[in-house]
Amino acid sequence: MKSKVLSGENLKRLREYRTITDVSGPLLMVEGVEGAKYAELVEITLPSGEKRRGQVLQVEEDKALVQVFEGTTGLDIPETTVRFLARGIELSLSPDMLGRVFDGLGRPIDGGPEIIPDVKRDINGSPINPYARDYPNEFIQTGVSAIDGLNTLVRGQKLPIFSGSGLPHNRLAAQIARQARVLGAEEEFAVAFGAMGITFEEADFFINDFKKTGAISRSVLYLNLADDPAIERIATPRVVLTTAEYLAFDLDMHVLVILTDMTNYCEALREISAARKEVPGRRGYPGYLYTDLATIYERAGRIKGKKGSITLIPILTMPEDDKTHPIPDLTGYITEGQIILSRALHRKKIYPPIDVLPSLSRLKDKGIGEGKTREDHADIFNQLFAAYARGKEAQELAVILGEAALSDLDKLYYRFADIFEERYVGQGEYEERSIIETLDLGWELLSMFPRAELKRIRDKYLDKYLPRFKKEEKKEAGEER
Amino acid sequence: MKEGRIVKVAGPLVVAEGMSGQKMYDVALVSEKRLLGEIIELKGDLASIQVYEETGGVGPGEPVYPTGAPLSVELGPGLIESIYDGIQRPLDVIREKVGDFVTRGVSVPALDRNRKWHFVPRAKVGDEVEPGDIIGTVQETVLVEHRIMVPPGVRGKITHIEEGDFTVEDPVARVRTGKGEIEIKMYQKWPVRLPRPYKEKLLPDIPMVTGQRIIDTFFPVTKGGTACVPGPFGSGKTVIQHQLAKWSDADIVIYIGCGERGNEMTDVLIEFPELKDPRSGEPLMKRTVLVANTSNMPVAAREASVYTGITIAEYFRDMGYSVALMADSTSRWAEAMREISGRLEEMPGEEGYPAYLGARVASFYERAGRVITLGKDRREGSLTVIGAVSPPGGDLADPVVQATLRVVKVFWSLDDKLAYRRHFPAINWLTSYSLYRDTVRDYLDKEISPDFYDMQTEAMRILSKEAELEEIVRLVGIEALSESDQLLLEVARSLREDFLHQNAFHEVDTYTSLKKQYLLLKLILYMYEKAKEALERGITVRELRQLPVWERIARAKYISEDELVELEGIKKEIDNEIQGLIGGKSKEA
Repeated sequence: MKSKVLSGENLKRLREYRTITDVSGPLLMVEGVEGAKYAELVEITLPSGEKRRGQVLQVEEDKALVQVFEGTTGLDIPETTVRFLARGIELSLSPDMLGRVFDGLGRPIDGGPEIIPDVKRDINGSPINPYARDYPNEFIQTGVSAIDGLNTLVRGQKLPIFSGSGLPHNRLAAQIARQARVLGAEEEFAVAFGAMGITFEEADFFINDFKKTGAISRSVLYLNLADDPAIERIATPRVVLTTAEYLAFDLDMHVLVILTDMTNYCEALREISAARKEVPGRRGYPGYLYTDLATIYERAGRIKGKKGSITLIPILTMPEDDKTHPIPDLTGYITEGQIILSRALHRKKIYPPIDVLPSLSRLKDKGIGEGKTREDHADIFNQLFAAYARGKEAQELAVILGEAALSDLDKLYYRFADIFEERYVGQGEYEERSIIETLDLGWELLSMFPRAELKRIRDKYLDKYLPRFKKEEKKEAGEER
Repeated sequence: MKEGRIVKVAGPLVVAEGMSGQKMYDVALVSEKRLLGEIIELKGDLASIQVYEETGGVGPGEPVYPTGAPLSVELGPGLIESIYDGIQRPLDVIREKVGDFVTRGVSVPALDRNRKWHFVPRAKVGDEVEPGDIIGTVQETVLVEHRIMVPPGVRGKITHIEEGDFTVEDPVARVRTGKGEIEIKMYQKWPVRLPRPYKEKLLPDIPMVTGQRIIDTFFPVTKGGTACVPGPFGSGKTVIQHQLAKWSDADIVIYIGCGERGNEMTDVLIEFPELKDPRSGEPLMKRTVLVANTSNMPVAAREASVYTGITIAEYFRDMGYSVALMADSTSRWAEAMREISGRLEEMPGEEGYPAYLGARVASFYERAGRVITLGKDRREGSLTVIGAVSPPGGDLADPVVQATLRVVKVFWSLDDKLAYRRHFPAINWLTSYSLYRDTVRDYLDKEISPDFYDMQTEAMRILSKEAELEEIVRLVGIEALSESDQLLLEVARSLREDFLHQNAFHEVDTYTSLKKQYLLLKLILYMYEKAKEALERGITVRELRQLPVWERIARAKYISEDELVELEGIKKEIDNEIQGLIGGKSKEA
């Protein structure tokens, strides 16, 4: 669906109407329209002369239902004019966008000049042909052990962060944006950042962080803040991803896309759906929420024969930390795993508070192992998981029965879980661990168990690696490489 | 045909006037872009059309061109190894034509019109043929011999048939029927919403071996049976579907990626050509057809994709093959139905799903089965349907799960708690069931061993007892249990970790033959027997727990299929170590 979709004779005809019949919520109905098209972009001129933008949601005969991005405040029925632009929402794209800040619909807000387009693209994009996709299998080192070691991110993946209000998801996202690299390769790297309904402070945090580290020069930022029109948020992620597609597949860059906060996006969608009086699905969200989210998330990926890639990290805050809420639930069904932040760990002052047990990267198996990270990665990952899970169980049991009731082995697991959270999951916000450091740390922690307990690790790796860590303290110093 | 005119566009739903005389479920081409759609409602002169492509830029006043034919698939040589979208357009050809993104209004035939296939007749001039009779074959891939059948409705005497290289459009034979001479081509068309005919249905009583221990041993599915895998996200639904597609002993595998992730389809596309079929040693792709309508592709085509897939599956069944169809995920299909129903402003049933959800789901699964196909030779074919369901929040009260459970015979209940513990496949052994367990008993008695059935029962008893005991342990601690109960817990742990747990990414563990499953299970139960004897001789569970042979048992699943004799060695070790304990004890005394 490139720009040719809405073309032809309509372009030449000026189609301006002053025939609004009703306005309700973010929607308005225009009558007597000739040749309106579904998904067409409209420009609305208020009596005050202010211009707003909207999109056709439905057309029936000569009646068009339009959603207004900037809200309907100040609109009236007799004076307001609606102009049909005979095209979808398009975004001007050019390499000059790097380093710039735009609003949620792609208009510059950093005082800089308008973008002179190289190309214009419809922001809805087209689905990537599954046959054209290349499988994401290049390991991305984020420098965060809980991600690299246990929930490995790969290029072209979409891996959301499920968070809750008050948790440091933004700091984690910024850390990933700062540190993410592919081992042994210096390639063109860019960040596309989309903010939907976040506060000024949060947006400011990202901008400052990007500025501080110099990342700003290779970033494109789209900001729709909490006090910006809510309906505009519906376009924001699509604008960001259209930019990302351009950077990745036209300019061969590796693009990391951060979208925050998807919860606000979904609420805007719900608002429209309610205004249209659609049959609601769960919790009032529209029945097509899954499809709608998929058209955003699925734009991440790699394409055969193209150098660039889009890796997507959407952030969403789970209402009441409830993972079964429709937004995280549907997201989890589309994305390739999830990183879940835990309030309990956060209270223990562990940063990043990644709850490793329910977190998951579905693509990790393709991104780890010999030639990518290290041969023992999969086994050590399985073992760490199993041991930590058992340790957590022992801790739960101890709550009921008291620690004394645990078997010796369970006490060991109990201790392991604590040490693991503190040393493996926990790390500094500016600490960057290489994958080798992360793997070795895993061995070091596991070496507190007798060898027979390490069932998930193949013998050959036990033989090769375990002895180096068995003599705990002494070894530690000489471990860097 | 008379053309209609669009009056309304709302997302994937288009309403057109001037459509009287059209039939339900006929295909219509919408607007000058000729977007493919299907008529799903008729009201006087108006027809509602669900459009399989993005409708942006379409508006009232534009034309609609009815085709007068229902949505159909093309069935013939060239299906295997293809990857289709939900309405059977080959995605590889689309890519060649329009590039890396799927744009609209692309029209390509499902089967390559230029490729030549070598047709070898099996019938001769003068033969009387009826629908379903095989008149010749084409070696489609090394694994699949494509049998060219007389299409339904054609009956008569062959007047011409020849060997040679033909395209699918060339006639390979002519049949004189009551209504004159009919040319037979290598492909036929069939409407997707109509089940293909067969002679009679049989009871499915042969297991479909999947190589997955928990499935084959405890919750088997049969050739021609139906199964469903519901589970919350992250519980490994897709991995299980992939494992089944890879390893099940069906002749043909149809994999429908319905509203799922694009990268998962890529995974299948990249992996299947490399994976070797355990029986033939050939790449698995050589027996696979993929239907991919990923979640970002148009929603109406998603609704059609399961029908496209199952019609292709039935076609191969009709050739006399055993076919396995995996649909991942049927929830997305149901959601597509819901979305369309919502746009039609139908009165919703549960959770906004249309009231006919249950009926649609049931009639879809009912297309599975083991049948005697059409044709004089009474071939037997089977079609196994395995559907994944993705209930919101993992809640099994979800209408799609409930509608599915009413019709399927096997339920593999995925449990996210198991998944968090990295116990894969995360099939909960307490809540899953298979109604085929008794049906396949005869087969297992004959092919494996008469005691397999009782071993399964025993193992399941141990596992459910474990669940009971765990309650007690939680309350009063493990020390409060009797020695024999503690031993049972040990054995149950071994069953869980060493038998049920199976690593899909381990080169050996990923597939276990029925024979090896039997031997592994036997090994663990043998250990249990011996340990019980030792308990009676005064050995404690603490001492038994120390035995190194447990670790040998734990690693037994990594023994490759051609070294199964090693399992005998472990058995001897069990004898020796336990004998050693008992010996030591009596010396002390």
